[in-house]
Amino acid sequence: MSQKLPQSANEGHVTLRSYTAGFLLSLVTTVAAYVVVTERAYSKQGIIAAVAVLAITQFIVQMLFFMHLGQEKGPRWKLLVLLFMTGVVVIIVVGSLWIMGHLDYNMMSEKQMQHYMDSQDGL
Amino acid sequence: MSELTDKPVITQKEHYKQTAETDHSKTILGFWIYLMTDCVLFASLFATYAVLRNNTNGGPDGSELFNLPFVLVETIILLTSSFVCGLVLLAAQRRNRAYVIAGLTAVFLLGLSFVALEVTEFRHLVEEGNSWRRSGFLSAFFTLVGTHGLHITVGLLWMIVMVAQIARKGLIDPVLRRLSLFAMFWHFLDVVWIFIFSLVYLVGAL
Repeated sequence: MSQKLPQSANEGHVTLRSYTAGFLLSLVTTVAAYVVVTERAYSKQGIIAAVAVLAITQFIVQMLFFMHLGQEKGPRWKLLVLLFMTGVVVIIVVGSLWIMGHLDYNMMSEKQMQHYMDSQDGL
Repeated sequence: MSELTDKPVITQKEHYKQTAETDHSKTILGFWIYLMTDCVLFASLFATYAVLRNNTNGGPDGSELFNLPFVLVETIILLTSSFVCGLVLLAAQRRNRAYVIAGLTAVFLLGLSFVALEVTEFRHLVEEGNSWRRSGFLSAFFTLVGTHGLHITVGLLWMIVMVAQIARKGLIDPVLRRLSLFAMFWHFLDVVWIFIFSLVYLVGAL
């Protein structure tokens, strides 16, 4: 018992550090994304790209430090399922935007077409 | 005779213990797969929102409606609750019942204040005439953010059940297993919120 206790206390210390690191990193990325938007630091495209990169960074941070995805032993089933899910999510989101964008473009009414041509300067 | 019957009983117990351990990791993986399918639900709501984002039907868009400082406070509350939830798990590993209950109470109160803030935001929008009936954009917005809020509310109920079980049964193995599943659920909801905060509120406010 006396042998076991320091070991478990040590383990607890390591995970406490991992939770604290995850919390601080998430806090930094959240506030950074907020400041990028409120300060209008870049062009609109630049801001969107920066916010997306910060969101993905925070996603990875929380997966590693809160969900302990990196500590999986043996066959990494959780990681495999996560990667499969990411694929499905990308197909759903990008596919929807792609299809609906084309539908929008091809089904324009005459009025919308006129408006579109005006906005594109005759192109 | 009694020794002969004792021996197989012990190995049987060992066998049960081993099965219980593999069952535990199976439970974790099964719950993980549930969370990933829940992700697909959120992905379809995100896709719907992204498609309908500009369909405001002459009504206000995100840049006129979203109050960013308010949402930042919500985000930090939820992030803190996710962190405290991790600390609860650490206390549970050390079988510290008082810390676990205190920590879960803190997570519960943070989650409750998050839901209260969200309900305030929704009520404010509806009172100004910008409910889900106003435009496609607002329908998609309320569905996406509301589904997340509903998950948080389910998490609040789960926490009440967990505290009752810990108080009655103590930190026995099945209770610890449920607690670790709850922690996964709560961390997952914070992960979903990262994307709602970034892609809906921050990008929408541009």
